[in-house]
Amino acid sequence: MKEYSALALLRNAFSGNRDWKPAWRKPDPKPQYDVVIVGGGGHGLATAHYLASEHGITDVAVVEKGWLGGGNVGRNTTIIRSNYLLPANTGFYEHSMKLWETLSHELNYNVMFSQRGILNLAHTPGQADDYIRRGNAMRHDGIDAVWMNPAEIARKVPGLDVSAKARFPIVGGLMQPRAGTARHDAVAWGYARAADRRGVDMLENCEVTGFLRDGDRIVGVTTTRGEIRAKKVAVAVAGSTGRVMKLAGIDRLPIESHVLQAFVSESLKPAIDTVVTFGGGHLYVSQSDKGGLVFGGDIDGYNSYAQRGNLPVVEEVMSEMAALFPGWAGVRLLRSWGGIMDMSMDGSPIITAGPLPGLYLNTGWCYGGFKATPASGWCFAWTIARDEPHPLNAAFTLERFHRGAVIDEKGQGATPRLH
Amino acid sequence: MLITCPCCGPRDVAEFTYQGDASRSRPDPASTDQAAWNAYVYDRVNTAGAHREYWQHSGGCRSHLVVLRSTLTHRIDSVRFARDEADGARRRSGSPA
Repeated sequence: MKEYSALALLRNAFSGNRDWKPAWRKPDPKPQYDVVIVGGGGHGLATAHYLASEHGITDVAVVEKGWLGGGNVGRNTTIIRSNYLLPANTGFYEHSMKLWETLSHELNYNVMFSQRGILNLAHTPGQADDYIRRGNAMRHDGIDAVWMNPAEIARKVPGLDVSAKARFPIVGGLMQPRAGTARHDAVAWGYARAADRRGVDMLENCEVTGFLRDGDRIVGVTTTRGEIRAKKVAVAVAGSTGRVMKLAGIDRLPIESHVLQAFVSESLKPAIDTVVTFGGGHLYVSQSDKGGLVFGGDIDGYNSYAQRGNLPVVEEVMSEMAALFPGWAGVRLLRSWGGIMDMSMDGSPIITAGPLPGLYLNTGWCYGGFKATPASGWCFAWTIARDEPHPLNAAFTLERFHRGAVIDEKGQGATPRLH
Repeated sequence: MLITCPCCGPRDVAEFTYQGDASRSRPDPASTDQAAWNAYVYDRVNTAGAHREYWQHSGGCRSHLVVLRSTLTHRIDSVRFARDEADGARRRSGSPA
């Protein structure tokens, strides 16, 4: 398959764009693979790419019940950041950030990574202290963080209500300049194409209906396209983790599935050139290249596998946006949708070998999985290839909850809807 | 989503506070079985389908409720006072009220 380049773009423009080839093959399943990855979303596709590119394991299939990138990787608000406090998280997410910075070149696919920065607004002196502490922890680990005062924020984000009369006056904000956004579908397609070029089979419309076992060991999957045997089976299915793992006989996990809604407004002229989060409630907003405001808030707060939410959250998110940017109160909402989040009991993910021999599990991303896509795939591929975690994901075990070694960034305790 | 409170009638979900899976049972408070406590605090069935769950009508009569709701469609099949469910459970297990 041809490299994408400016020259290829020009050549195809002159030939009426009739000569482009599909970005990946549509192979039939083979009876056996070295590794089968369940879930053709961002994390599963990234895992396939890094298994092939970092570990030379190319006899791999990605099985996906729908189409590639049709789940949460295509349903998020595309924010990328590494502004965490706890060491396990800062190291992991900064590794992800570094992979993002070279991803378009590595994949030969423009993922439109835009380092426009993320600004966490603080509205009380206590919140400011908390954010400054987090910023210091980040800088201690070599991650960029800048404290901005209200005058600097007013210059950076026109339209933001920085007045003392605001419902929640802004006392400052923590900026991570290297944070930003990416084109979420391109991330899925780019990883799929890169993995396919190294020989990985993408098996779409192929739903896993059960697991093949040899005693305790998982030795493959049964699917709607037949039985596929594998030396190793890796599960990366986000909000569907509970349903898929039940097929393997794992009835209970430290995970609850919840619905998160996201919103896009009608297109506007350029209004903000960074990502802004509201600390008085829960709101995050950026502007897409097409001009729509892309924003979201909290999860609905009850267990759900339905990819749609209810109106109280819509009302709350809109009122937060109007409080922060009064000038946008008349902007019309264009679309909203829901996705199913794998909310873990401490707000941190799980990337581990097990819980059964031959099985590998990647889950618990809460609603922050998109930014983690490269590092998640990179660490999961390492764990699958070597049967041991990389130091970057060594803390993200399944047993940590029963050992008291939780990674609770927010200090909320074992209430998944609060993370 | 509307929840029909047995005291107040059908009310908007915004009036209620979600309190999670009602199928879990807390170990005996005197128990020192660490594995049982860990499982109670951290492990969930995470049902896809009919889910028994606690809600409180915090913006209304403040009753604690047990709701049977589908996590696939959000359809609600029954709403009962939690105290009635608890009484029933005590009678079934034969322990004193």
